[in-house]
Amino acid sequence: MDPSFIQQILIPTAQILVVVMVLPLLIAYLQLVERKVLGFMQARLAPRRVGWHGLLQPIADAVKLLIKEDIIPEKSDRFLFTLAPIVTVIPALAALAVIPFAGASFTFYGYEVRPFITDVNVALLYLLAISSLGIYGIILGGWASNSKYSLLGALRSSAQMISYEVPLGFAVIGVMMMAGTASMVGIVEAQRTAGVWYVLPQIVGFFCYFIAAIAETNRVPFDLPEAEAELVAGFHTEYSGMKFAFFFLAEYTNMIVVSSIVTILFFGGWLRPFPNVASLQWLENGWLVLLPVTLGAFAGWLFGLKTGRGLPPMAAGTVIGLLAGITLAVLDVGGLAGLSVPVVSGAFWFFLKVSLFLFLYIWLRGTYPRYRYDQLMNLGWKWLIPLSVVNVVGTGLGILVFSGR
Amino acid sequence: MFHTEILEVNMGPQHPATHGVLRVILGLDGETVVSCKPVIGYLHRGVEKLAEHKLYVMIPPLCDRLDYVGSASQNLGYIQAVEKLCGIEVPERGQYIRVILAELNRISSHLVWLGTHGLDIGAMTVFFYTFREREMILDLFEAFCGARLTYNSMRIGGLLEDVPPGWTDRVSRFITLFPSREKEYEDLLTVNRIWLGRTQGVGVLTPEDAIALGTSGPTLRGSGVDYDVRKAQPYSSYDQFDFDVPVGTKGDTYDRYRIRMEEMRQSCRIIRQALDRLPEGEVRAKVPKYIKPPAGEVYHVVESPRGEQGFYIVHKSGEMPYRMRFRSPSFVNLQALPAMCRGRLIADVVAIIGSIDIVLGDVDR
Repeated sequence: MDPSFIQQILIPTAQILVVVMVLPLLIAYLQLVERKVLGFMQARLAPRRVGWHGLLQPIADAVKLLIKEDIIPEKSDRFLFTLAPIVTVIPALAALAVIPFAGASFTFYGYEVRPFITDVNVALLYLLAISSLGIYGIILGGWASNSKYSLLGALRSSAQMISYEVPLGFAVIGVMMMAGTASMVGIVEAQRTAGVWYVLPQIVGFFCYFIAAIAETNRVPFDLPEAEAELVAGFHTEYSGMKFAFFFLAEYTNMIVVSSIVTILFFGGWLRPFPNVASLQWLENGWLVLLPVTLGAFAGWLFGLKTGRGLPPMAAGTVIGLLAGITLAVLDVGGLAGLSVPVVSGAFWFFLKVSLFLFLYIWLRGTYPRYRYDQLMNLGWKWLIPLSVVNVVGTGLGILVFSGR
Repeated sequence: MFHTEILEVNMGPQHPATHGVLRVILGLDGETVVSCKPVIGYLHRGVEKLAEHKLYVMIPPLCDRLDYVGSASQNLGYIQAVEKLCGIEVPERGQYIRVILAELNRISSHLVWLGTHGLDIGAMTVFFYTFREREMILDLFEAFCGARLTYNSMRIGGLLEDVPPGWTDRVSRFITLFPSREKEYEDLLTVNRIWLGRTQGVGVLTPEDAIALGTSGPTLRGSGVDYDVRKAQPYSSYDQFDFDVPVGTKGDTYDRYRIRMEEMRQSCRIIRQALDRLPEGEVRAKVPKYIKPPAGEVYHVVESPRGEQGFYIVHKSGEMPYRMRFRSPSFVNLQALPAMCRGRLIADVVAIIGSIDIVLGDVDR
């Protein structure tokens, strides 16, 4: 077969397939993690019936959604009702096309594979544009259901998403100005050159972006469109079965996308902390730490469970695992064994940061009540938009003063 | 300029935030509520009529099922009404244990309110915390009378039985623990900016309106009217305990929230005093097996967790009441809903319904 055909057609197709296939599984388990973490915060056990400690629960949920009756309300607009979940889920998945999961490329049977689907020079604009498209699905779904609750939910949702697009857009401008590019890979490389994650100079932008992003993904405390207590389930009240699963998939994909964007724009993407400090080179082996920590925490947890001592053994296990892991990393065991792969290191740091943001999402859900519609609009228009505009101006002045560019 | 229509939305009777089978017909202009009409009757069982065909000793289970979240107060109110009619004096130990039961039940009822109120506003976690503590109270009740919700543990003339051994220590341990747990809820809500935004200034009920609509309990006190049946017309030796009646200033949802939080603390105080001074002796007066009151009528009110719970009995002859009437606080307080909701947003309606703390079994009877 023609090598350029493989390089340019087959490999990207395979990459897309991997992303689209792995993502639902990832989301299913993200949901299990969410339930487990919430359960821990709320003094209850969370799923533990299906599989060991509920490990097969996501599979059971997925099967349930698949075989559930797919109800289309009699007076709904059948075509739009079916179209809406598709229109919602496609932009969410399409956004992943420009997310780089790691920096360095690796070779696979002699072909160079980059750990992202594509790197376009207008990636940020593409992301902003494609995330706006998701609103269509929600409006269509809410309207086509021919239900008052759905319609109210859809109206709220569209008002909210359109209002929060603006600060979202302004917040990333600061980063674009500092990096001088809109390519995701370019922004991360600019942070390596600058030697500092952009969260420090762009702290205001980061807060604006993250708050607006939570609102954009309709999560607590901005989950008004699906406010259970008021609108039953908002725009997806009438949906069931796989169509509901699509909305669900879109919401969680958006969470992952937003967390990835925050990681890339403000937290150095796949870069380790202090990317230019040579004495911290061992952090490249950060993934080596993960295994001992997990093992230690797990053993400690089991020990605590068996002996009835609760969580302290788990903490002790984690600390021991952490120390052992750092020792391993400093000694560069991986390098000695010829296992030092840059792509693994990059992916490790990237997914670690993304996980932290996903955890933050869950934490917020366990802590906060819900905003009211007018309060939400106030926050968006009176606080976030002015603040993000000031941030753009401030960044411009800073660049002028410090680098004279 | 444009032709607009009011959107009519049926909230309930099956809706997650109406706490049972309340139906509210909302007229909406966008998100703003222009009219609000509660529709009740989905849980009507005709207990007042049923009671006319039952012996006096058979009626308490009916009262249990009025306000199933705070049934100790219902028992107490009904039984005291009968005792008033017959002129039965209850031994002091019986009265004290009744107070302990009623106040424990008040705490558990307020915990249900706090959890569901929080859930309505979107604060999910506090629900699980309150139900953790409520479980302890229900365990205490289970140890005392075997039932967890509908106790039916009081008898005309006192109580069925004395408390089991060690029970008072368990209650004492619980009320020692409880304030620290209540602080956990307060940490989550009282100073939370979003919670304040959602409750302050929402559903304001002026003192005049509150009195004119006949509201009682925390709904009335939230508006700044200092009226508590336990203080105004003390029953079951409430006059022997030292406790404060919290009163609000603005009459908004936040005030009603603060008042119920404070009431739980005051209930702990009352229980502590009752435990410390618990007299020895009998828990039940000598009463005949079949109660045959003299002809006459009686009205007795108690302060249930929701407000003023009244029992009106007309007795003519025999062993059954001629007419029975329950004045349920949930029903009366619900009438304040349209006044509080007008001009607010939909999200406020659920907050306000939560803050009135209705139980539909009590509304429909």
